[in-house]
Amino acid sequence: MAASMQKISSHICQLCKRRYLTFSYKRSSSNSKSKPWKSVVGLEIHAQINTESKLFSGAENKFGGPTNTQVSLFDAAFPGTLPVLNKGCVEAGVLTALALRCTVNKVSKFDRKHYFYADLPAGYQITQQRQPLAVKGHVDYCISDKNSFETKTANITQIQLEQDSGKSLHDEKDRISLIDLNRCGTGLMEIVTEPDFSDGTDASAFVKELQKILQTIQTCDCKMEEGSLRVDANISVHKSGEPLGIRTEVKNLNSIKSVSKAISFENETRSFDNEIDETVPMRDKEVKTDYRFMPEPNLPPLHLFDSESVKTVSSKMSVINIDDIQQKLPPLPEDTRKRLEQQYSLKRRDVAVLVDNSGLVDYFEDVMRLSPTTSAKLVSNFIINQLLGVLNDRKLTIYKCPVKTEDFGKLIDLLHTEEISYSTSCKVLDEMFEHPNIAPEDIVDQKDWRQISDTQVLTNICEKVLEEHPKLISKYRKGKLKYLHTLVNKAVIDSNNKANPRILKQIMEDLLDNK
Amino acid sequence: MLLTKLTCRLCFQRVSRNKNCFCSKVPKTPIWEEVDHTRIPNVPQIDQEMINHLERVSLVEFNNQAGIERLSKAIESANKLHMVNTDGIEPMESVLEDRMLYLREDKVTDGKCKQEVLSNAVKTIEDYFVAPPGNIPLKTKERDYGSNSNGS
Repeated sequence: MAASMQKISSHICQLCKRRYLTFSYKRSSSNSKSKPWKSVVGLEIHAQINTESKLFSGAENKFGGPTNTQVSLFDAAFPGTLPVLNKGCVEAGVLTALALRCTVNKVSKFDRKHYFYADLPAGYQITQQRQPLAVKGHVDYCISDKNSFETKTANITQIQLEQDSGKSLHDEKDRISLIDLNRCGTGLMEIVTEPDFSDGTDASAFVKELQKILQTIQTCDCKMEEGSLRVDANISVHKSGEPLGIRTEVKNLNSIKSVSKAISFENETRSFDNEIDETVPMRDKEVKTDYRFMPEPNLPPLHLFDSESVKTVSSKMSVINIDDIQQKLPPLPEDTRKRLEQQYSLKRRDVAVLVDNSGLVDYFEDVMRLSPTTSAKLVSNFIINQLLGVLNDRKLTIYKCPVKTEDFGKLIDLLHTEEISYSTSCKVLDEMFEHPNIAPEDIVDQKDWRQISDTQVLTNICEKVLEEHPKLISKYRKGKLKYLHTLVNKAVIDSNNKANPRILKQIMEDLLDNK
Repeated sequence: MLLTKLTCRLCFQRVSRNKNCFCSKVPKTPIWEEVDHTRIPNVPQIDQEMINHLERVSLVEFNNQAGIERLSKAIESANKLHMVNTDGIEPMESVLEDRMLYLREDKVTDGKCKQEVLSNAVKTIEDYFVAPPGNIPLKTKERDYGSNSNGS
């Protein structure tokens, strides 16, 4: 069934005379048409480190400054300037590594990666190729759509510190490039994942989770539209059960939507090629690019310490203790999800929605703190299904929500004790947005929306309805149980829609069965 | 007197005896060791494709006969390193590798020197450096990944 043939060819390197192998895959035309194409996606994510100054220079690190003003002589690669590593960047890198459950390397090294772009004045980028800051981590993330909800784990290959390049504006008419070096030398964390993603939705769910994590630990502001979080996707398309195909790299995806779209697009293109029976071009990009990696001679290796090894160092000046940073790690989105699930016995799906919308968890917990007896399930449901909708309609964020958590709790209490019905509570919520200073009880009283739950009053109403409709009673007693609903509805209308339907139905049933 | 503080006693005695030689490990006269050329790899054939590649990655132009000869000699010279036995030795990348890397506090101390930064530029437009067009993604197919995908 081998629908593809692996071809191995051996070459001799012209420089070092060593033998090396290249692999190429040839697709035989038979058999392969029936199987669907599958894609395997790995991501490289560049996250700008949220620091005051740049990675190796003291120039300011801010988005949108006037052209070429946030540039030191080192950033412009003037001869004789030397890199000085920013402690804040290393701490941010370590914090991120710990948040992504990576192993932090006690010794990491810097390398030069050479290429000639006008926005990289030194002709090389300082990065960490051989011994990166951290390796082997994993992230749990949730994928949800209308029908399904799933928790998956993505593996992180490594995290490395590196410099960002400047920005180029291409003027194609005049055939020139305009270079702004403000971004040149900004600290980046490159986060490389294993090829663990099956499609665009999967990959973009992971990017969303990563965004949440980085924002929680405040190492990157993750504004994709400003380019502070950029995603490169390595996509390989193959038939299920066959070896992986040729890698295609899609660079600079600057929104979560485009991550998802680009990956789906690659998938479609390959399927299309298959239909018109066109062979997929083979690209051996790896052979063409030669970055001439070399150890950075101006930077000794970066040593990191733990609480044990830190005792051996005399000067505490340049010391970073990994254990100290571990202590500073705030609860991550996944921790919050697990905690909420256990503490309030909520469904994972609901918890995921609360955590995904920033501020909702705080709001929820504030409500729970102020009225601890309230049903957590009801509060979370009402926040997700009603409050979020009203906020969206009014184009507000939860931080600008006029309804105080205290009042929200009271509203849920009214709903929980059946003082008001569910549909009334939605109306009350609307009123609370209009008049944030009026307590929900007062709104209910003013509008006379309170539900009648007094059994004596309800019994009176029921008896009256029964007296008026003797035919329906006899029909019910003959076994046509659906007439119970008719009777209950009539009673509800008699009460001006204020009767508690649950209790009313109970009383009506009792009356019918006992008469 | 200074010398006594810099050297151990043994060396001090040796240096005192022979004032021309500070460290005995450096030979007094140049020593030539004949290299067995059959044991080192041959210089590879340098073809046009290789030259194009090297010029591209080094931005150095040497596409003439003298340049190729110089390159061949350089490779031949470097190949002699194959004679050195390095089995089981971890490569040393920096003499500073056991030193602590100095870490700077995260504060803005530099920049705001636009005049100096632009002082070497041949041409500027509105404080931008002007460079020949480059780094433009090759347009083979129009791909639309959504409204935000202009790329940089």
